[in-house]
Amino acid sequence: MTATQTPAVPPPIQPLYVRITHAINAVAVIVMIGSGWQIYNASPLFGFAFPPSLTLGGWLAGGLLWHFAAMWLFVANGLVYLALGLATARFRRKLLPIRPAEVVADVYAAISGRLSHADLSHYNAPQKLLYLGVLITGMIIVVSGLAIWKPVQFHALAALLGGYEGARLVHFFAMTTIVLFLAIHVVMALLVPRSLRAIILGR
Amino acid sequence: MRQRHRRAAVDSDLLLKDAANRLPDPARRLFLRNTVSLGALALLTGCDVTDGASAEKVLRKISEFNDWVQARLFNPNQLAPTYPDSAVTRPFRFNAYYEESEAPDVDEDRYRLIVDGRVANKAAWTLDQLSALPQETQITRLVCVEGWSAIGKWTGVPLRAFLERIGADLTSKYVHFVCAEGYSSSIDMPTALHPQTQMTLKFDGQTLPTKFGFPLRIRIPTKLGFKNPKHVIALTVLNNYTGGYWEDQGYNWFSGL
Repeated sequence: MTATQTPAVPPPIQPLYVRITHAINAVAVIVMIGSGWQIYNASPLFGFAFPPSLTLGGWLAGGLLWHFAAMWLFVANGLVYLALGLATARFRRKLLPIRPAEVVADVYAAISGRLSHADLSHYNAPQKLLYLGVLITGMIIVVSGLAIWKPVQFHALAALLGGYEGARLVHFFAMTTIVLFLAIHVVMALLVPRSLRAIILGR
Repeated sequence: MRQRHRRAAVDSDLLLKDAANRLPDPARRLFLRNTVSLGALALLTGCDVTDGASAEKVLRKISEFNDWVQARLFNPNQLAPTYPDSAVTRPFRFNAYYEESEAPDVDEDRYRLIVDGRVANKAAWTLDQLSALPQETQITRLVCVEGWSAIGKWTGVPLRAFLERIGADLTSKYVHFVCAEGYSSSIDMPTALHPQTQMTLKFDGQTLPTKFGFPLRIRIPTKLGFKNPKHVIALTVLNNYTGGYWEDQGYNWFSGL
């Protein structure tokens, strides 16, 4: 920003569409994970079940109803976010390029407590990597979910993911990735409370 | 949207007992009760969306919308993948809302398949008569609503051929099935006419064992397992929605794969 052309109101760090889609996505993802864990518990893929108190729906049918309702919210909202992110070139500006050397340097700086968060409109390299990564994981979880829901109608898609059972595994690990992202994301937001303010109020 | 007519329960005591076995809390009427873990959600939305009856009503509406979407996604010519004999899951998994020892014993000699509704010929069928019809074998994947799946080998009469033979009105909307112990389910006509939808009499080359639905199971590889009723004793072709045992408790009605 130059001194000669300072706008009366500087553009928000997080534009309105990002704040709205982020809020809707937060609700949709929490419902999808809670109901997804309920569904998982009906026939666990691995030797553990999720604590029932962390699941949504009360029993399998309730979990399924929530899951197949919230999926519309998650997908529709995600499509709006992707369309606007691409149309405004925000993804390219904010998330690219990601240079491995910068990721290493920034992670090292973060560990040694020297990573600056002064400019919230600029993402550091690990941040870019995580955001791009979770965007791609979001797409993988939708595609694998589609293959599980319709393994006959979309059998080619299911075959691409290793068949019905393969798609279940892909869906599970995509969920795991998103949950890990969420854990880091929430901790980071709490460590830099100004970022929390920006995603709700814009600045 | 379509009208939903609830059928009177076949044996309400039995059904209640079975439901109690499956539901986590037999006393509850609503299945959506999990407000504690969703405190964060309530906080975000400013209202408690998980609050009982109203949430259930909305979710059921969305489930009906999902029935509509699935009916449109359903391609009547899209076959379910088939597998080689070596891929068959042996031993095959038993699964029902009752214990294996409680599977109904149907008397082979007294068995009759009752045919009713929008059909020209309502004569009941004996097992010998059904067995005399041309049979087909399929090796397909059964996908349970719980998530697990297994590959089985089913032999029987294509439902489409049977419906044509009894002069069913194929423009009707639904086919409803009733089972010996009181279970029921209903399906859309396009699925009933799908080439792989089968009136199964044999499993893995043997007469259908009791645990897998003797004497007659409806095998539908384009639908979840709970829409593959066992021990079927009656088939009705009709135009009004009749739901089913699990569908009435909240499982999505179409449940197509």
